[in-house]
Amino acid sequence: MKKLFLIPIAAVALFAFSPTVSDETTGGKKIPSVNIKDMAGNPINTAEVSNDGNPIVISFWATWCKPCKLELNTIAEEYDTWQEETGVKLVAVSVDDQKTTNTVEPVVNAAGWEYDIWMDPNGEFKRALGVNFVPHTFLIDGEGNIVYSHNNFVPGDEEILYQHVKEISKK
Amino acid sequence: MLINQPKKRYLNNYALINYSLKDFRAGVRFESYLPHLPGYPDRFSGTGIGYRYAGYYTEILDFTVGNFYEQFGNGMLFRSYEQRQLGLDNAMDGLCLKFRPTAGVEIKAVYGKMRYNFDNGHLVNSDGLVRGFDAAIDFGNFYNLLADSKFKLVIGGSFVSKYQKATNPAYIMPQNVGSYGGRIDMKYGKFFLTGEHVIKENDPSFDNKYIFNNGHGTFVTLGYTQKGLGIILYAKSIDNMSFRTDPNASLTDLNINFLPALTKSHTENLAATLYPYATQPVGEVAFQGDVFYKIAKGTKLGGPYGTEINVNFATSYRPVRHTSGINPADSTGVTYKTNLFDKSDSLYYRDFNIEIKRTLNKKWKVGAKYFHFDFNNDVNLVSKESHGMINCNIAVLDVQYKINKKHSIRAEFQGLWTRNETVNGVTAKQDKGDWATVLIEYNISPKFYFAVMDQYNYGNPIESKRIHYLIGTAGYIFGASRISVLYGKQREGIFCIGGVCRAVPATNGLTITFTTSF
Repeated sequence: MKKLFLIPIAAVALFAFSPTVSDETTGGKKIPSVNIKDMAGNPINTAEVSNDGNPIVISFWATWCKPCKLELNTIAEEYDTWQEETGVKLVAVSVDDQKTTNTVEPVVNAAGWEYDIWMDPNGEFKRALGVNFVPHTFLIDGEGNIVYSHNNFVPGDEEILYQHVKEISKK
Repeated sequence: MLINQPKKRYLNNYALINYSLKDFRAGVRFESYLPHLPGYPDRFSGTGIGYRYAGYYTEILDFTVGNFYEQFGNGMLFRSYEQRQLGLDNAMDGLCLKFRPTAGVEIKAVYGKMRYNFDNGHLVNSDGLVRGFDAAIDFGNFYNLLADSKFKLVIGGSFVSKYQKATNPAYIMPQNVGSYGGRIDMKYGKFFLTGEHVIKENDPSFDNKYIFNNGHGTFVTLGYTQKGLGIILYAKSIDNMSFRTDPNASLTDLNINFLPALTKSHTENLAATLYPYATQPVGEVAFQGDVFYKIAKGTKLGGPYGTEINVNFATSYRPVRHTSGINPADSTGVTYKTNLFDKSDSLYYRDFNIEIKRTLNKKWKVGAKYFHFDFNNDVNLVSKESHGMINCNIAVLDVQYKINKKHSIRAEFQGLWTRNETVNGVTAKQDKGDWATVLIEYNISPKFYFAVMDQYNYGNPIESKRIHYLIGTAGYIFGASRISVLYGKQREGIFCIGGVCRAVPATNGLTITFTTSF
């Protein structure tokens, strides 16, 4: 008797399309305006993120996400050099929900990260940028345009990111 | 012979389109379930719009019409959110207003129905209505009252009510269920203390077996944090806090509130998939301690890159229900009384775990982790083959080697061992017995990853159930898009493979995931 094996196939497709009509002068995609808070509880409007015209890296992470912490730890080892050479600033956006939000500050301090930390416990900023999985990293140029993004982290990715940072750095 | 074959092809498809122009923002999300993936709510079907909103967002005012997600305080009274990979979505549909009249003050108001279903391409909302109001003052920013102080203070309060013309032949159901609570966040130098207390008025429901008791919930966190060290202590006491837009709803449907479980979110395969603990909304008293410590780099113990240590302890008990002087048959419908943090000896869950991570040099990183779980399967049913307490030990070794600038390899070796137990004179391993997992991952930065994982139930007391859950997966990342292909048998849990973490339902077969954002 012939047996026919049918393989179950499941497919998931996630598309996120977030065009932002920006000022006529630039034309690139911008960071959408979402009101969240930083780790100290100060209000942040995400559209107003700035770094004196220098590049900004926005990295979505969570305390329970190993590759996210690997990315932020790996960059932390080079962060001083990166800042000196390019003036880049890294903003790490925690998507931890209430189960783990209170561990964010101890995790950040224990690791000794010198990044700006924003809190997105209910995924508002994450949704506005079309982030599905963490880690997801964006690079913003001096005019506020998103010029590069990458949705995972494996060793070596930090060097690719840094090449992009150097390309847009004015220093 | 015709065999009634289950459906063999599934497709979930989501397209989120956001549009923004200055302070205006609008969006829609198309969803398709053709048919839905196994593990999703059974009712989801068809193609259509599952989420749409338009709004205006400025420093002073946020105004959203249509679908929105929002949370008050810790979420113990109100949280609408999505965890799409698992099919959880209780988006509100109505109106959300956030008003910041002066620095440090935020007032939120929500009004609307809650997502229940996605039927034949149509969004189906709850019958019941949710109305909520929340206000918070941050004295650090409020007229700079504490601007120069080491002391920071935020206080807040919420009110949430549900309205539904619920009918139940056996009970006189309240149409309005009110709930309210207050919270305080304090910080002094390196110390912080946060607390929230909430009360829910009588809300007879399927979950609480239609009793008329009020519910209460308390969540307290005390912490200390400085460079290289973090200590956090948590305490939680809840009773009768299940809160849904429909009292007859169950499982993950129509939850108005969110009760965080006091445990770590484990991502290591065996710890994440076998005995995951969930909050008991009916009542629990829980405690957790979490310590993060980094042995400084350049020291003898710390090594050239430092060594990270995390110790975590979590435990949860059944609350004491006092029944003396209460007549459960009287007209009040109140059947017992509970006090704050009044725990019984009945253990629901205990989890002790310790993790040590160390970067040896530019090429090698190693991590080791040990867990001990005491898991009450009668309360938090995860295994139909078992009764009572399951005790197990888990060990994990994680090794990463960077071959060169672009190539790296990572391997995880895990073992789980349950206790021997004698039942009716027969000694056997508890539940499904022992497990081993091996994961090997090869990464080529920035575009490719390949991984193989075998989760093997080698010590199952029943020989025919010694199954391999073997999966192979590969991914390709290009620009802001990624495509991953996974083949094999997978258990539900959080998976971190190929440099990304996501929650997955149990699957068997070929799964293709494509994500893009532009």
